[in-house]
Amino acid sequence: MTQPGTASTPLRVAIVGSGPAAFYAAEHLFKQLNLVVEIDMFDRLPTPYGLVRGGVAPDHQKIKSVTHAYEKIADRPHFRFYGNVEFGKHIQLSDLRDHYHQILYATGAQTDRRMNIPGEELKGSHPATEFVAWYNGHPDFRDCHFDLSQERVAVVGVGNVAIDVARLLCLSPRELAATDIANYALDALSHSKVKEVYLLGRRGPAQAAFTNPELKEIGELEDADPVVLPEEAELDPLSRAEMEKEGDRTTIRKVELLQEYARRTAGGKSRQLLIRFLVSPLELIGDEAGQVVKMRLAKNVLVQSEAGSLSAKATDQVEELPVGLVFRSVGYRGVALPEVPFHDRWGVVLNDRGRVLDPDSKGPRIGEYATGWIKRGPSGVIGTNKPDAVETVTCMLEDFANGLTLHPAHPAGEAADSLIRERQPQTFSFADWQRLDEMEVARGEAQGRPRVKFVSVEEMWAALGRGASNK
Amino acid sequence: MKVKTILASKGMTVVAARPDQLIGEAIALLSAHNIGLLVIVDGAGKLVGVLSERDIVREAAGNEAFLSQVIEQVMTKAVITGTPQDDVRSVLQTMTDKRFRHLPIIDRGNLIGIVSIGDLVKAQLEEYEGEIDTLQSQVSKGSD
Repeated sequence: MTQPGTASTPLRVAIVGSGPAAFYAAEHLFKQLNLVVEIDMFDRLPTPYGLVRGGVAPDHQKIKSVTHAYEKIADRPHFRFYGNVEFGKHIQLSDLRDHYHQILYATGAQTDRRMNIPGEELKGSHPATEFVAWYNGHPDFRDCHFDLSQERVAVVGVGNVAIDVARLLCLSPRELAATDIANYALDALSHSKVKEVYLLGRRGPAQAAFTNPELKEIGELEDADPVVLPEEAELDPLSRAEMEKEGDRTTIRKVELLQEYARRTAGGKSRQLLIRFLVSPLELIGDEAGQVVKMRLAKNVLVQSEAGSLSAKATDQVEELPVGLVFRSVGYRGVALPEVPFHDRWGVVLNDRGRVLDPDSKGPRIGEYATGWIKRGPSGVIGTNKPDAVETVTCMLEDFANGLTLHPAHPAGEAADSLIRERQPQTFSFADWQRLDEMEVARGEAQGRPRVKFVSVEEMWAALGRGASNK
Repeated sequence: MKVKTILASKGMTVVAARPDQLIGEAIALLSAHNIGLLVIVDGAGKLVGVLSERDIVREAAGNEAFLSQVIEQVMTKAVITGTPQDDVRSVLQTMTDKRFRHLPIIDRGNLIGIVSIGDLVKAQLEEYEGEIDTLQSQVSKGSD
């Protein structure tokens, strides 16, 4: 059999998912000299870029500009994008094995972790990930409803998703109108009655996971004041000792910013964004109609583990916080892919440095790989996916060099293309996406916004002049 | 970043030995797997110690017959363990302070993996690289 990787027999790689990790892996594969690679990238949505489009906050356009680098990758002649094609629905693992030498899963973490406390199912209690997908115009979440007539909202968690959600709830109509937030969310949030938004952290200021630019941003909002309780901004002796020893400037700056907020006097703005530390939700309490009305919180202290980490330990001290809307933001979680080994506890594909493992033999499954959040779990910033993708691609290239690839029965690009279009006639190409992108930007220009998103598959299909959906 | 992020893509294999095996066998295992530490478990799979390259060197320095010693006589019995929830940065600090290089990770009473100082440094480095890359992509866009 001819070894693939040449102009006549390219190495054919299927990438499932089209977020940052998928594109960084594609980039690294294309960078290889003396190796001809063809990449087909699949996404269950018609549009590419994963959480850059559907997760990054709509007022963070600068972060979204990372997609310019992805456009250059997609522009390569051996790259094809198949949007609106779902792995496990339109194409199966066996199809990919029949048409590609290597398969790379880059599906990210599509769901959220639960708090596992009583009352989590009450009306008014939602995963933050759903709210994020909703305001970002994700087609699957456009019909969600969040009761923004509530005045007090709790966001459980102190990571960047939590702080994004809290900030979005505090933006003024003018600030919102300058973003690419979905139109329906712009309308709903512009009429919101929310007055107080609580961010709740289990540990202290030094352990909060949000990054400093996000923290600084909430001090500069047009119509909301940041509030931190002075006693909670003070570091406990363990955190102080750790911070002094490590001397990490980012942590020091974060604590300083929080302490500065604690010293501020309320500026008389319409909303308050209150950051609370050392509290854990114990229970959500509802009224007769099953609507959440308050939350019971345990006050925590920090204890040091044997390995040196500081973790939260609940005390007997309990307080009640009246809230009518709760978003849990205690972490994203990967979803298992059909027929792909999965580590349920951690929500990742079972893997060793990106090589998918067989759960029985514990050895690698030939030709299957993972990268990004579905490989390591949700951690880091967009760029963290680059070294992660390089690690996986290095394994792919090593295996390729050792002849350890799949041997597809139909290795021609045309065969894959016909199969995909037969299974999903409503397929979106990268050129389709570029047209949609132009249209979205043009619609935005008319309103002084970065873009106005299409928020349903049908709407996108129709915008391309393809007529009614045949889904 | 937490230790579980490292373990998530580190495979499922933990190389273990029994306390009654010989140091010679332990060396063969370390060499075959290209690793620096063995976890030592009893018949019930319970962690009873670790045997590091350093433990072996220390023994070899004063005992020419070290190869025929049993692991139990040479291993470190007071083992510091971690959990998947431990912060990478804190663990690195503890390793530096207490001068050890491998941390067995226990989850719900089970030994589920080992993180080495190399794993931790690599993870930390990738985190920094990622942040720098993200910042650079924003800065270069800003100056377009």
